[in-house]
Amino acid sequence: MFNLTLSELSNALSRGEFSSLELTQAFLDRIKRLDTQYNSFITLSEEHALQQAKAADTLRATGQATALTGLPIAHKDLFCTQGIRTSCGSKMLDNFISPYNATLVERLNLAGMVTLGKTNMDEFAMGSSNESSYYGPVKNPWDLDRVPGGSSGGSAAAVAARLVPAATGSDTGGSIRQPAALCGITGLKPTYGRISRYGMVAYASSFDQAGPMTRTAEDAALLLQVMAGEDPLDSTCATQAVPNFSASLNDSLLGLRIGLPKEYFAEGTDPVILERVREAIAEFEKLGATVKEISLPKTQLSIPAYYILAPAEASSNLSRFDGVRYGHRCDSPKDLEDLYKRTRAEGFGAEVKRRIMVGTYALSEGFYDAYYRKAQQIRRMIQQDFIQALSEVDVIMAPVTPCSAFRLGEKNSDPVSMYMEDIFTLSLNLAGLPGMSIPCGFADNLPVGLQIIGNYFDEAKLLNVAHQYQQVTNWHQQSPANLSEG
Amino acid sequence: MEWEVVIGLEIHAQLATNTKIFSGASTAFGAEPNTQACAVDLALPGTLPVFNENALRMAVMFGLAVNSEIGKRSVFDRKNYFYPDLPKGYQTTQLAEPIVGPGYVDIETDDGDTRRVRIHHAHLEEDAGKSLHEDFHGMSGIDLNRAGTPLVEIVSEPDMRSSKEAAAYARKIHAIITTLGICDGNMAEGSMRCDCNVSIRPKGQATLGTRTELKNINSFRFIERAINTEVARQIDLIEDGGRVIQETRLYDPDKNETRSMRSKEEANDYRYFPCPDLLPVIIDDAYIDAIRAELPELPDARRARFIEQYGLSDYDAGVLSSDRAQADYFETVAELTKNAKLSANWITGELARLLNQADMTVKQSPVSADQLAGLINRIQDNTITGKIAKNVFELLWNEGGSADEIIAAKGLKQVNDTGAIEAAIDQVIAQCTTQVEQYIAAEPDKRGKMLGFFMGQVMKLTQGKANPGQVQGVLKQKLDQRC
Repeated sequence: MFNLTLSELSNALSRGEFSSLELTQAFLDRIKRLDTQYNSFITLSEEHALQQAKAADTLRATGQATALTGLPIAHKDLFCTQGIRTSCGSKMLDNFISPYNATLVERLNLAGMVTLGKTNMDEFAMGSSNESSYYGPVKNPWDLDRVPGGSSGGSAAAVAARLVPAATGSDTGGSIRQPAALCGITGLKPTYGRISRYGMVAYASSFDQAGPMTRTAEDAALLLQVMAGEDPLDSTCATQAVPNFSASLNDSLLGLRIGLPKEYFAEGTDPVILERVREAIAEFEKLGATVKEISLPKTQLSIPAYYILAPAEASSNLSRFDGVRYGHRCDSPKDLEDLYKRTRAEGFGAEVKRRIMVGTYALSEGFYDAYYRKAQQIRRMIQQDFIQALSEVDVIMAPVTPCSAFRLGEKNSDPVSMYMEDIFTLSLNLAGLPGMSIPCGFADNLPVGLQIIGNYFDEAKLLNVAHQYQQVTNWHQQSPANLSEG
Repeated sequence: MEWEVVIGLEIHAQLATNTKIFSGASTAFGAEPNTQACAVDLALPGTLPVFNENALRMAVMFGLAVNSEIGKRSVFDRKNYFYPDLPKGYQTTQLAEPIVGPGYVDIETDDGDTRRVRIHHAHLEEDAGKSLHEDFHGMSGIDLNRAGTPLVEIVSEPDMRSSKEAAAYARKIHAIITTLGICDGNMAEGSMRCDCNVSIRPKGQATLGTRTELKNINSFRFIERAINTEVARQIDLIEDGGRVIQETRLYDPDKNETRSMRSKEEANDYRYFPCPDLLPVIIDDAYIDAIRAELPELPDARRARFIEQYGLSDYDAGVLSSDRAQADYFETVAELTKNAKLSANWITGELARLLNQADMTVKQSPVSADQLAGLINRIQDNTITGKIAKNVFELLWNEGGSADEIIAAKGLKQVNDTGAIEAAIDQVIAQCTTQVEQYIAAEPDKRGKMLGFFMGQVMKLTQGKANPGQVQGVLKQKLDQRC
């Protein structure tokens, strides 16, 4: 059952092959048995999960089940879950139990899903390797010496290792797509505002976007259906109508116009990765798509712009962690300043501190115009680049990462090389566009991801394109060889 | 050296919304600490603000009332600083694109002239919580009930030239916001607070002197006293060869002195930037026009109408129009009595005196407009005398009921019966033989003044109930017969 997708599990539950309680218990047992080697979970919510599973079985027995009722899921540990610790991968929130559910969690709960636990992540979603977690790094199930990517590394590894059929993630600069690529799963970052941010602990508010991490596009469509839509608690959440994402999965790709940005196929990227991406594009041509070279000339500016703006927002968003109301507080502070300084010095890890300092600097009097304002201008230029490109093509395809999963510790000492990991992903966050990562082959036995970029609120198109590819390829069905079955 | 005082005011007014500016928690004053603070107010991880449209509407009302341009696009910014009663570590406010742009109000100066005070802008922001430093054994308590209460901060240009003008401007703003009903104006509870920017310069000099900011002054009287104290300090300082440093100062009303809180060098770098959790607020002409159409009559217009329609003095009209509840009270009494002058006298006299003694506002008055009108009407129809009326008023204040009930119960009805009055006068004349002889002996033009004594005696004898006009007429007639 661990190799089944959400839709397959849903069918099995409908047919009564097993109950949600049995399914849930089986996954919980598997996590307890195997996760010691991956460290993909921070918290296992066993009791809570079994209760939800029982409730789901009751719903099913009384004919009130939806497609997702009784299916297990795990939440990235930055989504607030009532009664279950929400640590954000940080010592700062090691003791934080939210009194409320994030909107996204609430919606998935209402759909009857069963929360198995909370997945590991880079501290406050800041990182591309999951090494900045207070709870230790996550290991890539394809090679335990390598990183799973980040910041949603725990979610990606858990799905890849079949510890859970699907998980939630969040993507501020690539944090869903990059770990999805490195772990060989399907990850969707929707349009900014498509899914409510309420209850998702903020890193960079104008970039943060939640999304599903699954094994197939079909499953991503099922989850997005429930996660997406207007929320009165989030002013930045889009009011656009939510289409039926599953309904268009099987639309023909005949005549689909694919744009290949030449800047994304330039030197600096592992040639094997480029080869896998080109092979994938050839598959699309076989499905009737046409391919055209396009240009996104401001791509190189995306990293400096992002690393001004996101830390600037973060420096403000993380001010609330002051030891006054919740979370970590230093022992016997001697005065207010001591309370602030020691609480934050002890509670935050190095990467979080680095970004708070960068952001604070960028917003400082006298530097605002040179950094923050300039970066905002670049952000608008990058957005214009994409709008122009997407007026000529339906989707843009590109690699997700410049290289496959790197070794633990390899980029740890060099933040800039770590930041370069996000070169192909964070432009989308600057522009607010939706993007997807799907498995498209291997480089030295490590998964390679294909990135599909679409127009605003055109997630249905991305899912359709990804699903069609997954009908003619089986990269998404591969599982890591080192999985000990049980 | 003759010095000129230059003053600008920043007034914070709490908007009278039911819920907070970015959350659904109640804004009611006086609840148990932290019982009116929801997840958003506590800045729990993951929470987000949602803008209260009612706060927007009130800010637009204010802007229209002070002749301002309304910002059709306004933006919320974050002002970042750490303080325990600021849960998010930033205050959500407006900096570059406020909701209310430049405007003005007119105030009356001491010499009866009008001075125009320009308003630089007014912006919306959230209030902070309160730090409580007592009863916590060396620690501080934090009460977040007030955190997130909507404020409009009204920033004037440095257009005032005396502490009196500053207080007059503050009173004018108070009159406007209470008339609009967007703020309860209760300064003691902090609903309206005032920061005064004060500087001095040699008379005739164009450039401004270095200013100090006096924080959180919570009464009109203290505005005047704080400014006077600070001006004296600045003059002494400069005349002794020192210089004023730009700083924030606190006024201590008990010691009547200002003292330094923090200097400019110690000031925070607030690292303002647009709040990414809130969208720019976009409004159109239709929205603004709809609010304009609903605006109540404003204090200046009402004052002019009181003079015109009721023939009130400038002074009475000014006092009565300065507070909407008081002006409404007056109009109700004036309508019921058809005697505006007498109504104004009672409201600015007896009513104001008792309210002041009890530290109450007109809204809290135990004597309603209807009750006061009933009393005034009994004076007008000669049922009771003005003197008795004051007693009846106190009874109304203390015991309630109607004037008619009190007059009947206590037998205070004025005596208009000529026979009874004549009898009382005859008795007084018979008893006061010495005074009667003096009256007869006096020059005729001095007799008028002497009549007062007999009046007093007659009123005493009748327990104040005799109609004074009638008494006077009969008395004069009877005494003059003897001359």
